[in-house]
Amino acid sequence: MEVFLQQLINGITLGSIYGLIAIGYTMVFGIIGMVNFAHGDVFMVSVFIALIAFLILTAWLGVSSIALALIVILVVAMLFTSLVNWVIERIAYRPLRGSFRLAPLISAIGMSIFLSNFVQVSQGPRNKSIPPIVQGEFVLYTHDGFPVTVSYKQFIIWAVTALLLVCFWYLVAKTKLGRAQRACEQDQKMAALVGVDVDRTISMTFVIAAALAAVAGTMYLMNYGVVNFADGFVPGVKAFTAAVLGGIGSLPGAVVGGLLIGLIETMWSAYFSIDYKDVAAFSVLAITLIFLPQGLFGRPDVEKV
Amino acid sequence: MAVLTNSPAAEPRPQQPPVPREESPLLTALRDAAKTAAIAFGLFLPLIGFQTIQDINNQIALTTRWPLLFAITAVVGLSRFCYSLALAPWIRERKLRPAPIAAPAWRVFIGKWFTPFAIGFVVVYPVIVIFINGFTGALKWIDNFGIQILIYVMLGWGLNIVVGLAGLLDLGYVAFYAVGAYSYALLAKEFGFSFWILLPLAGCLASFWGILLGFPVLRLRGDYLAIVTLAFGEIIRIVIVNWVALTNGYAGIGGIPRPSFFGIPFNAEDNGFAAVFGLEFSPLYRTIFLYYVILSLALLTAYVTTRLRRLPVGRAWEALREDEIACRSLGINTTNTKLTAFAMGAMFAGFAGSFFAARQGFISPESFTFLESATILSIVVLGGMGSQIGVAIAAIVMIGGTEIMRDLDFLKDIFGQTFDPTQYRMLLFGFAMVVIMIWRPRGLIATRAPSVFLKERKTIAADLVKEGHG
Repeated sequence: MEVFLQQLINGITLGSIYGLIAIGYTMVFGIIGMVNFAHGDVFMVSVFIALIAFLILTAWLGVSSIALALIVILVVAMLFTSLVNWVIERIAYRPLRGSFRLAPLISAIGMSIFLSNFVQVSQGPRNKSIPPIVQGEFVLYTHDGFPVTVSYKQFIIWAVTALLLVCFWYLVAKTKLGRAQRACEQDQKMAALVGVDVDRTISMTFVIAAALAAVAGTMYLMNYGVVNFADGFVPGVKAFTAAVLGGIGSLPGAVVGGLLIGLIETMWSAYFSIDYKDVAAFSVLAITLIFLPQGLFGRPDVEKV
Repeated sequence: MAVLTNSPAAEPRPQQPPVPREESPLLTALRDAAKTAAIAFGLFLPLIGFQTIQDINNQIALTTRWPLLFAITAVVGLSRFCYSLALAPWIRERKLRPAPIAAPAWRVFIGKWFTPFAIGFVVVYPVIVIFINGFTGALKWIDNFGIQILIYVMLGWGLNIVVGLAGLLDLGYVAFYAVGAYSYALLAKEFGFSFWILLPLAGCLASFWGILLGFPVLRLRGDYLAIVTLAFGEIIRIVIVNWVALTNGYAGIGGIPRPSFFGIPFNAEDNGFAAVFGLEFSPLYRTIFLYYVILSLALLTAYVTTRLRRLPVGRAWEALREDEIACRSLGINTTNTKLTAFAMGAMFAGFAGSFFAARQGFISPESFTFLESATILSIVVLGGMGSQIGVAIAAIVMIGGTEIMRDLDFLKDIFGQTFDPTQYRMLLFGFAMVVIMIWRPRGLIATRAPSVFLKERKTIAADLVKEGHG
């Protein structure tokens, strides 16, 4: 029971990170129907930006307040990652809009290879590790000498994720931009006819996706404290799995899917074999899709002649 | 309303479109350049401006690279300036010119004679290389360029059956390549079977896996199919990594028996190839032999595919790509059609895999990552899905290009001795994928040759060919 509870806590933490990345996949897919393969690498780039911001703050400016440092890192990472994704959309995807379906996919795979190698060349191929930013934990209760704990960083991850999801929900549901996004998702031509700037809306979608990925990246850096140029692929694929599991195009689906993938992974590692945790996540994906092709929350795909 | 709208006088005058204020092109270009440079500065500030390093205490530390950052910003700004000033008006003007209706004569001539010439060239390629580079210098050219490119050409043609003909997007193709490689490695090492027995066996095993993995995904379409095939590819790789008892995990399998020339081994001993034919021993003979093996395997793939396109099953593949519902209503068994496409594609990957294991003598899971699947798929799409010549050209451009990057040592003289061009191999590979897709979204070869025609055989624009839903 204690192991289960502890793994539940760990799983939700991991799942929050996956969920934040998954929103990026699902939003982009919803609006332009394209699998943004480079999104995992955008996440990796955001971890590096957060790492550099952290080093500037602590080593050069000598900021000692953890709360202030975290907020600054978060904002810096969100800003620069948004810029990166905005430029990517502008040069690699926009010229291919309305082109045939595989062209943007290949362009995105190319961008993904480019990004990870760019980071490898510019920052070096070694693992980058930093001293832990946040230490300490709450002990929920102890049973037979086995404490069930929530570390402060896990708590921060939950709080930040929850807060950002609320902001994000507000953005999509209540603001003009969110309305424009939903309109473009339904019918781009019609949205353009009623005065929605489609290009700008799509650009903003990429910016928001990147900002959420940057939040996930900062949380990832805080949680694990180590990053490598190749670290984008696996979280990216897992997050995409989460998006598909939740029903691609559905925003609550992405969050639920992310949490589910996080839980499956940690539970599998705890009770079965840690080596095969990725196999578990992918098998769940395959099984879900075979029996529930539109995912948990997705709209069924109607086949028309 | 008193005014009759019929009368011409009452008609509102057509409004003149507001004339855009003429601005000197130089000023516009300058403004564009400044904007672009500012964006580039922001873009490269974190990752180029700062570098994370390990200091003497092996702690992470930060250094700056301001000169590099400013240099890159200046280069980007300057290129944008040149683009806005010179290139953009030229492109605009070119677009306005009407396109010629008939292809120029030289294009028709090339189109007609390209295939026989290309096949002739690859057959005599080792001879040409030996002629130019001598006996010792030829090894690199035949091995790194010839064999390496031909493996990818063959994989591309194999995947072309699944993606280009049947229109099923497969992102886990490398799994079947791995099955072929591991089948050969394990069976040859454990039981000592020869290459020529194991080659068809590896193909059979791979196509068996193709059917096995094809079954559950039959109902899936489009991106769902892509992600599930990706997942299967990763699952097979993870199993290879973790099933150490069988596959030796990350350490890989070494000492895989090399193929022999119909029973005559390629070694320096008395019964070796060189001694039997009375030649001086050289490792080049084995390489040349392997070159012709992969060449014949690749040509076999191309030949089988071309023949299959004229058979009912090939017609069914292409019909499935064009319209699945119409296919079903015409009584085509879509399940069998999809499974045969998967099986055929997987079989050729199995052949290529067992050849790969025999050529390398060592295999490990590192060779079968998702990047490999992505490379093969990009070769198919960049070349033009369904066009065999296009796939071959894309393989030569992408794989040959990255191989050439390995020996550009003269760049060290320009950028200093610490500059290592091989580092930038994959960087440019990814960049080239983006550029080629933007330049030609339907692939390098923009025409397709339908196997069914009404009166005369002719090629059609690739835009007329659908890409399938699956």
